[in-house]
Amino acid sequence: MATPAVKVYGWAISPFVSRALLALEEAGVDYELVPMSRQAGDHRRPEHLARNPFEKVPVLEDGDLTLFESRAIARHVLRKHKPELLGTAGNLEQAALVDVWLEVEAHQLSPLAIAIVVECIFTPFLGRERNQAVVDENVEKLKKVLEVYEARLSQSKYLAGDFLSLADLSHFTIMHCFMATEYATLVEALPHVSAWWESLAARPATKKVAEFMPVGTAGAPQK
Amino acid sequence: MAPVKVFGSAVFANAARVMACLEEVGLEYEVVEVDYTAKEHKGPQQLSKNPFGQIPAFQDGDTMLFESRAIAKYVLRKYSKPAQVDLLREGNPEEAAMVDVWTEVEAHTYLPAIAPIFYECVVYPARLGTSSNQKVVEESLEKLKKVLDVYEAHLSKNKYLYLAGDFFSFADLNHFPYTFYFMTTSHASLFDSYPSVKAWWGRLMARPSVKKISDGMVLRA
Repeated sequence: MATPAVKVYGWAISPFVSRALLALEEAGVDYELVPMSRQAGDHRRPEHLARNPFEKVPVLEDGDLTLFESRAIARHVLRKHKPELLGTAGNLEQAALVDVWLEVEAHQLSPLAIAIVVECIFTPFLGRERNQAVVDENVEKLKKVLEVYEARLSQSKYLAGDFLSLADLSHFTIMHCFMATEYATLVEALPHVSAWWESLAARPATKKVAEFMPVGTAGAPQK
Repeated sequence: MAPVKVFGSAVFANAARVMACLEEVGLEYEVVEVDYTAKEHKGPQQLSKNPFGQIPAFQDGDTMLFESRAIAKYVLRKYSKPAQVDLLREGNPEEAAMVDVWTEVEAHTYLPAIAPIFYECVVYPARLGTSSNQKVVEESLEKLKKVLDVYEAHLSKNKYLYLAGDFFSFADLNHFPYTFYFMTTSHASLFDSYPSVKAWWGRLMARPSVKKISDGMVLRA
C-alpha cells in the first residue's frame, strides 16, 4: 500500500490537530498522522519550524503544499475533496453563512470554551492549579453566547442552514473537550444546541476523532 | 437597486476591514452610523442584525451578515468580476490555501499581539479616560516582536511582495485596520526594525482603497 500523500503533524489530543483530522475523515481522505510530543518540545525543533515558523500544530503536507492553522487546513481539504461542506456548491449566501458561523466559532465560542477546558482538563499537564475565577468568568460569557446558538438552531437544523457544513464540524473537537467538563450542563440545558451536539457526535467521523481525544480519562471530574 | 449597507463607521477597525474590500471591488455602499457610546450596538435593532451585539453588520438586499471576515469574503466573491480583482484566489487551490493560512494567522496570531497596544494606547484613553496599562503594552510588544520576526523571515526569505505569494490578497488586506491604528501610536517605530515588513506595509498603505478608508479612521492617539 502506498504511503498516503497527506501528512498531518501534531498531537491528536489537541482540538486544533483533531479539527484537521476531522476534515480529512469527513472527506474520506487517506492520511498519515506523524505524532509529535508537546512535552519534548517537538514543535520548537528546527525541522518543525521549517514547516510552521509559528511553532504550532497542526501542520498539513499535501504534495508540495505545507499548510498550518487548523481552519485553513480544514478549508483546503474540503475545497479539494468535499466542497459542499463549505456551502460553495450552493448560492453565495449559503457560502457566506458557512463563513459567518465559522467566524462565530473562532471568535465567539472557542476562546471561551478553550479557557474553560484548559482550566478544567489541561492544568495538570501545565503543572498548575485550576483558576476558578477564570472558569467562572468564561462560563458566564459562554451562557450568553450559547443563547444565540439556541436561537439560531431553533430556526435551522445546522448553523449555516439545513445542511451540515464546516461551520458545524469546526465546533466538534473543542466541544468534545468541553462536554467532558462539569459545564456540559450549559449545553444540555438548551434543547436545540443539545440536539445539534448529539447529531454531530453521532457521525462516524466525529466518533472516530473523539477516540483520538481521550479527555474523559484525563482527570476530568466524573459526572 | 439599493446600495449595500455597512452598519458601523470606519472608526471601527472591523468595519474598516469590510469597507476596504468594498473599495477594492469598487462597489457603492452606504455607511449607517452606530452610536457605540450610547450602546446602540446592544440595542434590539442592531441585535437583529448582529446577535452578538458587535460592529459591523451588513445588508445586501435580503442578505444580512455579520463577522467582518465573512462579510468581506461574501463581497469579494459576489462583486470581484467586474472590478477584475481576485483577492481570494478560489480558482487556484494552492493559492487559495495560502490566502487562508495567512488570513488565519492575522486573526489568531497577529491580531492578539497588536490589538491590545491599540486598545491601551488609543481606545481606552479616548473612550474611558484611563491611562494605558504599561504592563499589557510591554507584554504585547514582546509578543508582537516575535510575530514580526516570523513575518520578516517569511517575506525576505521568499522575496515575496505579499504574504500569500507575489500577489496582493485578502490575507494582506486583513492586516490593514489594526496595523493602521498601531501606526498612530508612539510604538510605530517598531516596524523600522523589520525592513521587509515595513516595505510590505508601505505597499498596503499605497493602495487607493486603504488610503481612502484610513482617512475615516480618526480615533487617534
